[in-house]
Amino acid sequence: MQTTILYIGRDPEITIVMNRLLNARPEWKGICVCTDEEAILVFKKEAVDLVLLGNGINQECEQALRSELEAIKPDVKIIQHYGGGSGLLYGEIMSAL
Amino acid sequence: MSQFILYKENTRGHANHGWLDAHHSFSFANYYNPERMHFGVLRVLNDDLIDGGMGFGAHPHDNMEIITIPLAGAIAHQDSMGNTAEIKAGEIQVMSAGTGVSHSEFNALPDVQLNLLQIWLFPNKKNVTPRYDQRALDVTARQNNFQQILSPNSEDDNVWIHQDAWFSLGKFDEGFETEYKIKKEGNGVYAFVISGEVTINGQTLSRRDAIGIWDTDGINFKAISADAEVLLMDVPMEL
Repeated sequence: MQTTILYIGRDPEITIVMNRLLNARPEWKGICVCTDEEAILVFKKEAVDLVLLGNGINQECEQALRSELEAIKPDVKIIQHYGGGSGLLYGEIMSAL
Repeated sequence: MSQFILYKENTRGHANHGWLDAHHSFSFANYYNPERMHFGVLRVLNDDLIDGGMGFGAHPHDNMEIITIPLAGAIAHQDSMGNTAEIKAGEIQVMSAGTGVSHSEFNALPDVQLNLLQIWLFPNKKNVTPRYDQRALDVTARQNNFQQILSPNSEDDNVWIHQDAWFSLGKFDEGFETEYKIKKEGNGVYAFVISGEVTINGQTLSRRDAIGIWDTDGINFKAISADAEVLLMDVPMEL
């Protein structure tokens, strides 16, 4: 069974890398977006298991995004992704799930 | 009452990729150990051996303070901020990834193995402007002394980062004893033995062993062997 992971980050280059990394594992399905509007659309449409907040999301946007996502599906974990690459990704996801 | 945890050399994660032989003190890449996720804000300590001419191609990072200490050999660095540099043993490199930076790190020498410590700390502020720095360290200043090589203060000697962390390197004669005082209340110390044998708070540590100590205001140190070399990382324990 695949785990669907939504990544939101502002840097397009990092978003491409995250998309590649998340979808390189057959047990994960990664959906990576740069805007909060796209994130909310995906979150409503897909059965997302975990949300990773990536780079460049300021505190105000993060609070608004967390509130909106929690209002839609309160049981889905939202965690900060640090590092923008493969180094911490597996550990972060394994710890969260 | 101080608390501690031992991290013996042979309990580190290990990944041999041929050109890269890496030992991970904390969970990293495919090495996942829920008991080894971080020590306070210290999240990554990788001890990498990299073959001549080989290295990490351009790849991005964000929101992490990345410190590289070459122990042997030299690193060829390039990044998206326009920096091109070589960092040799006896120097230190720092990069605040902040909103995002892309970099490559290669063994600068074709036929000499590169050994480096790569250390990542969680930053105390997210989405900072990326920055890069490197400094040559006065290696004579660390003989029988914990020489500060990193701090949160840009006015200090050597390098600074976006975190209330202080790093010190020391090289000691056999039998030399000293104390180290924590720089900030609430911080802990992660001591990593680069070479030789030492005791810290009565615990005997050999090459590449480590001890993490917290709820303390300092540590007691003694070198058991000649040329014992230790890296101290004084870091906030609260994430």
